[in-house]
Amino acid sequence: MKQLALVIDLNVCVGCHACVTSCKEWNTSGTAGFMSDFNPYGEDPTGTFFNRVQTFEVGEFPNTQTVHFPKSCLHCEEPPCVPVCPTGASYKREEDGIVLVDYDKCIGCKYCTWACPYGARELDENLKVMKKCTLCVDRIYDESLPEDRRKPACVLACPTNARLFGDVNDSESVVSNSIRENGGYQLMPEWGTKPANHYLPRRKTSITIHADELTRIDNPLKKEQLPLPDDDEQTLDDIMSW
Amino acid sequence: MSKPLHDPISNAADDAGTIETKNTTCYMCACRCGITVTLRDGEIRYIEGNPDHPLNKGVICAKGASGIMKQYSPGRLTQPLMRKKGSDRGAGKFEVVSWDKAFSLLETRLADIRHTDPKKFALFTGRDQMQALTGLFAKQFGTPNYSAHGGFCSVNMAAGMIYTFGGSFWEFGGPDLERSKLFVMIGTAEDHHSNPMKIALSKFKRQGGKFIAINPVRSGYAAIADEWIPIKPGTDGALFLALINEIIKQGLYDRDFLVKYSNAAELVNMDEDSSENGMFVRFEVPKEEGCFDAQNKLWWDRHLNKPISMHTPGTDPYLLGEFTLDDGTVVKPAFQLLVDRVQEYTAEWAADTTGIPVETIRRLAYEMGITARDEKIELPIAWTDTWGNEHDRITGNPVSFHAMRGLAAHSNGFQSIRGLSILMSILGTIDRPGGFRHKAPFPRPIPPCAKPPTGPECVQPDTPLDGMPLGWPADPDDLFVDDEGEPVRIDKAFSWEHPLAVHGLMHNVITNAWRGDPYKIDTLMIFMANMAWNSSMNTSEVRKMLNDKDDNGEYKIPFIVVCDAFESEMVSYGDLILPDTTYLERHDVMSMLDRPISEFDGPVDSVRIPVVPPTGECKPFQEVLIELGSRLKLPAFVNDDGSRKFRDYPDFIVNYETAPGSGIGFLAGWRGKGGEKFMKGEPNPKQWEMYENNNCVFHYELPKSYQYMRNWNQGYLEWAKRHSLTRYAEPINIHIYSEVLQKFRLAAQGKSFGKQPPDRHRDRIDEHFDPLPFYSEPLETLSTDLRKYPLNAITQRPMAMYHSWDSQNAWLRQIHTHNYLHVNPVTARAANIEDGAWMWVESMHGKVRCMCRYSEAVEPGTVWTWNAIGKASGTWGLSDKANESKKGFLLNHLISEELPANKDGDVLSNSDPVTGQAGWYDVRVSIRPAEAGEPEVTYPQFDKPAKLPKQATRFKATRWLKYFAGGKKS
Repeated sequence: MKQLALVIDLNVCVGCHACVTSCKEWNTSGTAGFMSDFNPYGEDPTGTFFNRVQTFEVGEFPNTQTVHFPKSCLHCEEPPCVPVCPTGASYKREEDGIVLVDYDKCIGCKYCTWACPYGARELDENLKVMKKCTLCVDRIYDESLPEDRRKPACVLACPTNARLFGDVNDSESVVSNSIRENGGYQLMPEWGTKPANHYLPRRKTSITIHADELTRIDNPLKKEQLPLPDDDEQTLDDIMSW
Repeated sequence: MSKPLHDPISNAADDAGTIETKNTTCYMCACRCGITVTLRDGEIRYIEGNPDHPLNKGVICAKGASGIMKQYSPGRLTQPLMRKKGSDRGAGKFEVVSWDKAFSLLETRLADIRHTDPKKFALFTGRDQMQALTGLFAKQFGTPNYSAHGGFCSVNMAAGMIYTFGGSFWEFGGPDLERSKLFVMIGTAEDHHSNPMKIALSKFKRQGGKFIAINPVRSGYAAIADEWIPIKPGTDGALFLALINEIIKQGLYDRDFLVKYSNAAELVNMDEDSSENGMFVRFEVPKEEGCFDAQNKLWWDRHLNKPISMHTPGTDPYLLGEFTLDDGTVVKPAFQLLVDRVQEYTAEWAADTTGIPVETIRRLAYEMGITARDEKIELPIAWTDTWGNEHDRITGNPVSFHAMRGLAAHSNGFQSIRGLSILMSILGTIDRPGGFRHKAPFPRPIPPCAKPPTGPECVQPDTPLDGMPLGWPADPDDLFVDDEGEPVRIDKAFSWEHPLAVHGLMHNVITNAWRGDPYKIDTLMIFMANMAWNSSMNTSEVRKMLNDKDDNGEYKIPFIVVCDAFESEMVSYGDLILPDTTYLERHDVMSMLDRPISEFDGPVDSVRIPVVPPTGECKPFQEVLIELGSRLKLPAFVNDDGSRKFRDYPDFIVNYETAPGSGIGFLAGWRGKGGEKFMKGEPNPKQWEMYENNNCVFHYELPKSYQYMRNWNQGYLEWAKRHSLTRYAEPINIHIYSEVLQKFRLAAQGKSFGKQPPDRHRDRIDEHFDPLPFYSEPLETLSTDLRKYPLNAITQRPMAMYHSWDSQNAWLRQIHTHNYLHVNPVTARAANIEDGAWMWVESMHGKVRCMCRYSEAVEPGTVWTWNAIGKASGTWGLSDKANESKKGFLLNHLISEELPANKDGDVLSNSDPVTGQAGWYDVRVSIRPAEAGEPEVTYPQFDKPAKLPKQATRFKATRWLKYFAGGKKS
């Protein structure tokens, strides 16, 4: 069964937040919008975002890793947010596996927030309905857009191409391939939620230096040997007569 | 009937409303990506990257995708304003005036200045990308007092590299990550530059290249580095010198490249008594005309064992040794002098200075040298060099670098960057695949041909300036000084204080004008630069200077004009405020005459076209300048009969030529009557249309054989000359040894015959104009009690705010609402400061109260924060309680624009003595916890300015923002 998802490559994510605001600008005027902001120009502004980047440090100086970690709804194959919803507002689409919320049915009871182990849901404090990533469902099937632009806004925006999009149940898809080849993993698989979104870990490249690479016959310093002395300079050969 | 809140399977095309899309160029930072703006019912639906644009190839960043919130921000200025009579500057009491009144007032004032003493008008601009026009206006007006923000940004990077290999990072060149194998990023973390760097870095990593980040802080790009090497701020030069030492010692330099393409083999006169001491020996000495390196130097041939003219076919010169010419003159190849110089800069020495372990320094040197030598790239591209040798391939050594303000913003930055440039050169990586590559119009001669004026006589009433306001001195005689050797410019650029101040010293303008040193000015016009806040060093004092009056009750800076799109902290200090448009509301050009967006493969320029109408009374600053130029009858803006020449800015862009019939204008694409020419050609009335139909961008891809080795590529250099990019098709040899610097040094030593420095500057010039890079501690460090202020303090811009001044932006400000001081836990605990606690950070210039954030990603001797997140209360359309002003802070209060008086009592700019680059990152600080009971608010706080008269902005600072473009409204 088709399962659309994002694969996020932490090896190249620089934490620029392009995915965060491109998501917001697409969705605030899309079918999931508006995405309200409280105190937009005042104290402690806070608004609805479907996608956020968390940055954290791992390890102690100087062995520190700085990790930028974009996080949105993971479109679980077994989404715990769906069965807890008392009104049926939370549902998973059969045709592509996207988990959505029908705002018309949502009563803002927040059961789904408690059920979601990933903290991916946000209550729109203005409309008092639950909102979350739709994988830009109103964009990816929109035939008025050129075919190569029918992708989630965050995927199109990402300057490091750290966000891959496709069907994780199609073993030949780019996303499946990248998961297989690069050690892609799911968040907290022990919860049994089978999140569709995957992450690719940091991969390191190093250079090995072999000792013989420093002692080469073509060392250019050899060309700098000074010229032979003039022929008329005295030598032992001139003065030793036995 | 109420509409459904949400129909998740509805299709965007079903949304009500009229959809339009327009292509233009982003300006949320200075990268200038191509964007496609979709409007619904005339409102911005979304902004995305244009997939057909060469710069960003369809991607966009956090700022670019937040352009909607810039466009509709309540912080916008939408009407011309005049300070109310009797109110103080900074109080923000304004009344609305008409543009007619604003223009006539300016016309009268500026005409009078121009008629009497044009230098009393000063025009300084920020990150405007409009320098071709603003510079033209200043020159036509006749004032030398003009520059943009480069002096306080990264001029050391431009100057250090251009004076070494004729090009520089970012707009003018960069790392060829497509083919590189080892990439070293130093002194760059989150910015400079944005999307093109991100795109390239990701591809590079996926291709298996090794990425090393050298930086006191690990954030942003450095986060994904394969190796992070923490370094003490300001010691980068020490690292480069040690790397050069190790690489030469191991024979890992590209000898062939250095011999053919640099001055490494050229013989330097070692006779200390000679006026030619330290100069290259010439085999013929006709006067050297033109700004290029005459090919008249000597090599010492290895086979013949005698001097021979450089580039004699079949010769192979020594790079090392000491030789005696027939006339007894002792000479050494420049490379020998470099080797002599780096002798003392061992890895052990550098380890102590930089904090990088000695084995890491050695390994770095080996990784660079071995990768360069053993991973050589060969491209099957034939080319011909300027000496007529034909080559059947292009070779490259795939080691590349990128650096920016972390190196530049130190007072020793110029020589550090000379060190980096030489490191890149000895590895043989200049304009070759996998290394550094130029972008048109670079490479240019070393230094480029444009020169500043040469004396006070170049400034005359009612006359354009004789010389370029900014240029590239090649010789002390190019300095802009009076008969006593004293400065003519208000910022003292091109004087003996900062001879190679090629971008000016904007950071000293207000202090100098306030003090009347070297003279008083009348009108200061500031465009898009926040000099009352984050763009000034010593912010608190500068704000006082702006409002200071003399004994007669007159302002020390009599008239201040501020042009900006937003209510920045500077606005309340203006006497006349001109509301600029946003980037989405105007025509604009990314001109080849300024800083275009060229690619490695050829010249690129681009335009902006308006996608929405101007808000309120906003007028593009470009139109302001055209209007003023016409009213003041500046020659470039009027016909012979004095009538207005250009209808408006778009008309100016099409029809202006740099000289009558020159065929060179602001835009390079679609020139000629029907758009059939490029770079050079008659004006084309349909030029704008043609840009608009081509994604707003013109891109000429050079033939492959012209894309590399351009300093010495005959085909390219002749092409560049034919298309008027350069005056000469002469080779541009790398200056391993800088004779240009030596000329200044000879003057300081009293050994030359041209302009001489005042005695008080001789030692400083002698020390810093060293023709070879050297390491010295930053000037401020030398005058600081390091026992009292042991820590380095630096700033950087976060990616989501890079260059964008976007605290007025409802979405971006949620990402960075306030800043912390990031401190290594070891350092913080030693000072008894808890994570998240209030603390004081103090320098010898001032103190700031802020909040502490523990970080393992900063070396323990350094503290840092995000720059320009902190704002003054009551600005940028934010409420008085906004976190930016209550929890956010500026480090600028700790940083002085001037050094403590020297032993002669002279007060000099806190800048690099060579270039005048502001030494932002030289400040030393101490930290301590805030006392219990202190207010939990940052210090200093400032009185908030009065509310501006009502502006015609879309949003008000209400509790809820519910943006939905056009179409259905709930």
